[in-house]
Amino acid sequence: MERPHTGSVIDGFTLGERLKAGGMASLWHASHPDHPGPLVVKIPVLDPGADVSAIVGYETEVLIHKRLSGPHVPRFVASGDLSRIPFIAMGLVAGTALADRIRQAPLPFPEIQRIGIAIATALADLHRQHVVHLDLKPENVILTDKGAVLLDFGLARHAELPDLLGEESTEPIGTSAYIAPEQVLGERSDPASDLFALGCLLYQMASGEEPFGRPKTVPGMKRRLYHAPKSLRAVNPQAPAWLEAIIARCLEVDRGRRYADATRLAFDLRHPEQVTVSRRRPTAGERSLAKRLVDLFQKRHEAEVTGTPTVARRKAGPSIVLTAVDLSEGLDALAAAILAETSRLLAARPDSALACLTVLKTEIIGETKTVDAEGRSLYIGRLVALKDWARPLHLPEDRVSYHVIEAVSAADAILRYAGHNDIDHIVLGARSSSAVRRHLGSVSTKVVAEALCSVSVVRVKGGASEKDPEKD
Amino acid sequence: MRIAILSDIHANREAFEAVLQAVRRLAPDTLVLLGDIVGYGPDPGFCVDIARELVTAGAICIRGNHDQAAVRGPAGMTPNAHEAALWTRAQLSAGQSAFLDSLPLTAKLDGVLFVHASARDPDAWHYVRDLRSAEACLAATDAATVVCGHTHLPTIFYARAGREPVAFIPLRDVPAPLSAVHRHVVVVGAVGQPRDGDPTACFALLDTQAREVTMVRVPYDTQDTVRKIRAAGLPDWLGLRLQIGR
Repeated sequence: MERPHTGSVIDGFTLGERLKAGGMASLWHASHPDHPGPLVVKIPVLDPGADVSAIVGYETEVLIHKRLSGPHVPRFVASGDLSRIPFIAMGLVAGTALADRIRQAPLPFPEIQRIGIAIATALADLHRQHVVHLDLKPENVILTDKGAVLLDFGLARHAELPDLLGEESTEPIGTSAYIAPEQVLGERSDPASDLFALGCLLYQMASGEEPFGRPKTVPGMKRRLYHAPKSLRAVNPQAPAWLEAIIARCLEVDRGRRYADATRLAFDLRHPEQVTVSRRRPTAGERSLAKRLVDLFQKRHEAEVTGTPTVARRKAGPSIVLTAVDLSEGLDALAAAILAETSRLLAARPDSALACLTVLKTEIIGETKTVDAEGRSLYIGRLVALKDWARPLHLPEDRVSYHVIEAVSAADAILRYAGHNDIDHIVLGARSSSAVRRHLGSVSTKVVAEALCSVSVVRVKGGASEKDPEKD
Repeated sequence: MRIAILSDIHANREAFEAVLQAVRRLAPDTLVLLGDIVGYGPDPGFCVDIARELVTAGAICIRGNHDQAAVRGPAGMTPNAHEAALWTRAQLSAGQSAFLDSLPLTAKLDGVLFVHASARDPDAWHYVRDLRSAEACLAATDAATVVCGHTHLPTIFYARAGREPVAFIPLRDVPAPLSAVHRHVVVVGAVGQPRDGDPTACFALLDTQAREVTMVRVPYDTQDTVRKIRAAGLPDWLGLRLQIGR
């Protein structure tokens, strides 16, 4: 194949200006009469005699990219025959490269929060499509006004495809600044590896430093299995404690303690006031000499240090459960039944989180009550009632959050909250039928019809006396 | 070209019929019967007759070790297989036996080599169940892709010169890609006696254009077959294993 240049036509794609040259591929603006919109054509460097792994990497990228869809990946358009003219054509993603923005680090904390939520949301979408990126770094993230878009699936892993790339190398596959500890050891299937990389990005955005530097050797990369980076606030004392706590949980070497789901990380970033800031763990320097000596001689085995894969946890049950409970009539039988159902769902997965929500109805016409003192006490009263309702669950602080939301329509408020926070499962109650409910439609009916996740509707059995005899 | 591949039917009429119904829905270009039409199961005559009809209609059919044992007598088989082979031999008509005896050991289609056990000495019936045997299978042929059965365990081996092959267990009903830079041994699961823990009947759909292969699973009523196995006086284990897929 002749050297591509501006004006070259490859399988109907006309190359425009060259975007950039990487070591592995060149990128070109492109257009095609059958594919509207601006495109990018990526041409891998596969010179004869080039590293054969590059061919396998390119094939992996095509196989994975063409299975992906949605707003967080470039639209896959076409790929060329590997033996003839290898290329990948995709939609152009217009936005700011995180690589450009991160050069200004430390960035303002609200911006870090926003970018973190955007990347976590994109990762959640990717992970839902059975793909682990495994090379999350500033160069592979484009920030657009519709969220983050992830690029380059050349090192990625699809859970339903053979991992042909993994067999190509005995060296760790990834980027040394961001690679997760288990990935250093050759494991390529845990979505939590991407959350480790995101933790590195958050750290870098907040401090201007890469938490583990850029080690060039395998032993250098393995250091992160045994040595935690400097705490964020030691590098940037201005950083909020909640951000430090979130990053620390991303950077846990033991995956049993790391975030297992990107949605949960996004949730914490959205609700920093609900993040539990644990008491500071003593740093290595503060631990006793004896303890350090013991550590030195009882160095745990590498695979043991990185803990069990998060896959089992992810499959066990929903990561975030939203329970909406109506407490306007106090702790009635329905509230108790909703609590029991919530408890069963949470029991399926020990690291799941519960968001408790109750809606404080406001009127469309007239003043909102909460502006006055009475309204304030109404709000506080409901929050207290909500905490009291959840108390029998005995959930530790970091597994539960409380939300009193003022809204005209309870169903809309629940749906909005669930959508915004990427909730996995909603639990809510349905009261027995009444003429009014039949006329207006119930909250549960609307939530079931419009929610994008599973919904459990709880009803108290045998409430016959309340029922309209004509209709259930 | 879309090729439906049925391996290790093992005289299981119920599984065979269920699979053929599924194959008709998929409307492939060609059908390949990958051997072991008989052996173990209670309906050898019926299954051979259907196979003959399919061959008349254009299907390719190759010989398996159980087909051979039912004609020429068992050799080197496990006690259950040995007993079943003797029983099978007594059930077959002269015409049915002649059909089985006439089957070739290999067939080639669209650059793909079809063989019951392994491309390495096809009539030695080597199992392809690990990286070494997959390498040996590929070393014996120029074909980029070999499709075989015999192990009853659906697997795809991806091999490249100078590298350790990669073994992949394809997911049920999810197309697995074939690589443009690897050679492959596709081991098709069994129609009539699955052993991968999933008792549903298995067959493969190979799409040489799209370079994909799918292990399609078809549930069928194993109870009927189990009852017939018992009624025929065949070993109990042959019925039990159908229910657990081992």
